[in-house]
Amino acid sequence: MPDISTNLAGIKSPNPFWLASAPPTNSGYQVMKAFDAGWGGAVWKTLGVPVVNVSSRYGGLNHKDNRMVGFNNIELISDRPLKDNLREIEEVKKYFPNHAVIASLMVETKEQWHQIVKDVENAGSDGIELNFGCPHGMCERGMGSAVGQEPKVLQTIVEWVKEVSTIPVIVKLTPNISDITEPAQAAHAGGGDAISLINTIQSVIGVDIDQYVPYPIVDGQSTNGGYCGPAVKPIALNMLKNCAQHPGVDIPISGIGGIENWRDAVEFFLLGATNVQVCTAVMHYGFGIIREMIPGLERYMTEKGFETLDDFKGKALGNVKTWEHLNLEYKVKAEIKEDKCIGCQLCYIACEDGAHQAIRLSEDKENRVPEIIDENCVGCNLCSIVCPSEGCIAMVRQDDGQKVTTWNERMNSDDVPTTFNDERAGGIGHFVPEPTDALGMG
Amino acid sequence: MSEFKRPASEEEFEKNFQQQKPLMNETEAYYESSRCLFCYDAPCVKACPTEIDIPLFIRQINSGDISGSASTIYASNYMGNTCGKVCPTEVLCEGSCVYNEQNIKPVEIGRLQNHATRQAIDEGKELFELAESNGKKVAVIGAGPSGVSCACELRSLGYTVDIFETKAKPSGLSVHGVAPYKITNEEALIEMDYLKKQFGYSVRYDSPIKSKEDIQNLASTYEAVFVGIGMGTTSALNIPGEELANCKGATEFIEVLKMNHLDVAIGKSVVVLGGGNTAMDAASESARMGAESVVLAYRRRADEMGAYEFEWKLAKGVGVQGEFNAAPIGIVGNGKVEGVRFRRTENKGGKLVEVEGSEFEIACDMVIKATGQRKQVDFLSLIDGLATDEKGRIEIDAFGRCGDTKFFAGGDAVNGGAEVVNAAAEGKMAAIGIHEYLSS
Repeated sequence: MPDISTNLAGIKSPNPFWLASAPPTNSGYQVMKAFDAGWGGAVWKTLGVPVVNVSSRYGGLNHKDNRMVGFNNIELISDRPLKDNLREIEEVKKYFPNHAVIASLMVETKEQWHQIVKDVENAGSDGIELNFGCPHGMCERGMGSAVGQEPKVLQTIVEWVKEVSTIPVIVKLTPNISDITEPAQAAHAGGGDAISLINTIQSVIGVDIDQYVPYPIVDGQSTNGGYCGPAVKPIALNMLKNCAQHPGVDIPISGIGGIENWRDAVEFFLLGATNVQVCTAVMHYGFGIIREMIPGLERYMTEKGFETLDDFKGKALGNVKTWEHLNLEYKVKAEIKEDKCIGCQLCYIACEDGAHQAIRLSEDKENRVPEIIDENCVGCNLCSIVCPSEGCIAMVRQDDGQKVTTWNERMNSDDVPTTFNDERAGGIGHFVPEPTDALGMG
Repeated sequence: MSEFKRPASEEEFEKNFQQQKPLMNETEAYYESSRCLFCYDAPCVKACPTEIDIPLFIRQINSGDISGSASTIYASNYMGNTCGKVCPTEVLCEGSCVYNEQNIKPVEIGRLQNHATRQAIDEGKELFELAESNGKKVAVIGAGPSGVSCACELRSLGYTVDIFETKAKPSGLSVHGVAPYKITNEEALIEMDYLKKQFGYSVRYDSPIKSKEDIQNLASTYEAVFVGIGMGTTSALNIPGEELANCKGATEFIEVLKMNHLDVAIGKSVVVLGGGNTAMDAASESARMGAESVVLAYRRRADEMGAYEFEWKLAKGVGVQGEFNAAPIGIVGNGKVEGVRFRRTENKGGKLVEVEGSEFEIACDMVIKATGQRKQVDFLSLIDGLATDEKGRIEIDAFGRCGDTKFFAGGDAVNGGAEVVNAAAEGKMAAIGIHEYLSS
């Protein structure tokens, strides 16, 4: 059995699955229940000066019958008195000494930071997470993402915390910024022991088209919220990769953003995360999803021969390059497996209207299996993505793999298009129909 | 058998004849509509005789535009709601859904269609644009699916339309003939009411067109006449004993069942003769009315039956037994049916022959003949210039016109007995033909 225990900058937990700081970690009751279900750690709902929340706080984004592919909230940090939270942290640690309890914090002044850091340490927290990410409600008060967007301020506050903290400090970053590596480096420079990302993305989840007001509706009005859930995973993975590859961010990363099963978690590990934090999926399905996550991860590791998480942490990072280093000689073309084709012709219309007119319909009206026009196919993958039949469209390599030429190399040998009508344009020689062909006039 | 108790109340009848395609609720419609792939050049559309843009109406349900969805359906088929319930979708739209290719349950197109149209009907949505009156009048004989479809299309083109109906209620076989587990009478009638209100044609009930004089009156009062009279009574088998009490025609048996559910006197043991869809209905219905045994006897092999396979499965599912290669040679009994005599048949050199000396008898106290309906050739012969083929079906041109006359036709009287959806398509097509004819 592989070992899935983790150590994030000194914070140990029996497995890499933590609950993110959010409603599921609002109370000792919930955290205790989660640990009992199998979660390895929990980042407590952010503590500070207790807030007052509005009623009507969440909004969901559905895609057809898939509910909550995206999720949006306008809830603030904990609205419970600090002393109640501290007592409950202590209680949880008594029952689960080997699980990770991390106190998420958000206050304003240096004095407040010093005080609350000491308080949560005394309660038995294993670590601290600085909430520099919340993009709604708190940022307008100069906290949350307002800090995460100002690397200098961020660094200063991390330094304040490190002045008194004796336990590891994680800095949680906001994605609402052009270059995530800047605050990440500031966190490192300020003495932060780890970073976690991403926090939610500033968002309007949708608009009620009858009442003319976005969701969630608070007495006929709304405000921007923070967006999360499965739909944000690609954004999180990109920011994770950027930080993990950056030499100035030489501290461990806790991955957050749309994780809801073991497979998502593995993707985060492969791009350099030491552990992962989950919120939306638990808000959707409850703590029980951990029953699928742990055995799934263990089976993957067993099949791949990985004994610890470190064996594959960041394993995909070396395969993520900047565009100009990709091999321009690599060619794939689509191949349709007739026995798998259900004849929906979505590949045809997607390629015809949305890509490169490289799929034609059979002249035999009875035959609904489309045909790839090899000479037109640029290998874009679109058909294989829209195809609803598993394994029906394969992208098959055409080149022999012997030759590698990158844009970078071509730049260096002056072999790239430089003028508007350059003969070296990539699309030259590629079939493009005449505009009037669209109207059947060709 | 006796899976079904003879229904003694309307509730028990409804239970025995539970709807096969019940209305969907909002949640079910949302989830089911999410499954549609929005195929290009979708096979389901091609499989629909009225070519409803199915992927579009399903997408409209999914995006919450139910009126738009109903509009899409009615633009192609005025019997949208009825067809959603009674169409043999298993062999039409749903049968051609691409999901079948990977053994995935096809999208429930019929029920989704019903969901959209029923909501439009219940809310009295005004989905139709009627052209200004062009001052021309057309008569329609028969308020069945073909006649009403013809009337709707003509109204939308600006014609004044009067429908003449023999019976007291509209909708033809949808009310009088379709199996009760496919559609309730109420459901069939609400669409008729809705269409009548929306399109504003008139219907004269209990107004049979019977005589040469009636026809001449129509011809002189109206610029064109549509004949949508369906078919007649059950044909005779021409075997001894047909006159015995309890030997019924399927059409007549089903009509009583539909109109006066609880008045049906079902036998303890019933023999149904025939292998078409009407035979399947009659057999299923006998079982559901509480017959203790129902035998469906057919002259040829089971796989040679004209009925859809799913209809035979449905009948078997309620306990109907099959007796194949059995040609009825006489109905026996003393005043009342006591049994049916058969002779075995076999296929000899491609011809079905009866085997001498193979006679046998099945005891029963009721016989239902589902061996075809008469064409109304006597009536049709009263229309000058209208021709029928050797099977008694009205001959029409590509525009639904009967020879060189002002008469047009569609539905069962033309196609010899098909689905509601075919009648709807033909009635509408004839209206377009009438418009062409009167515009030229």
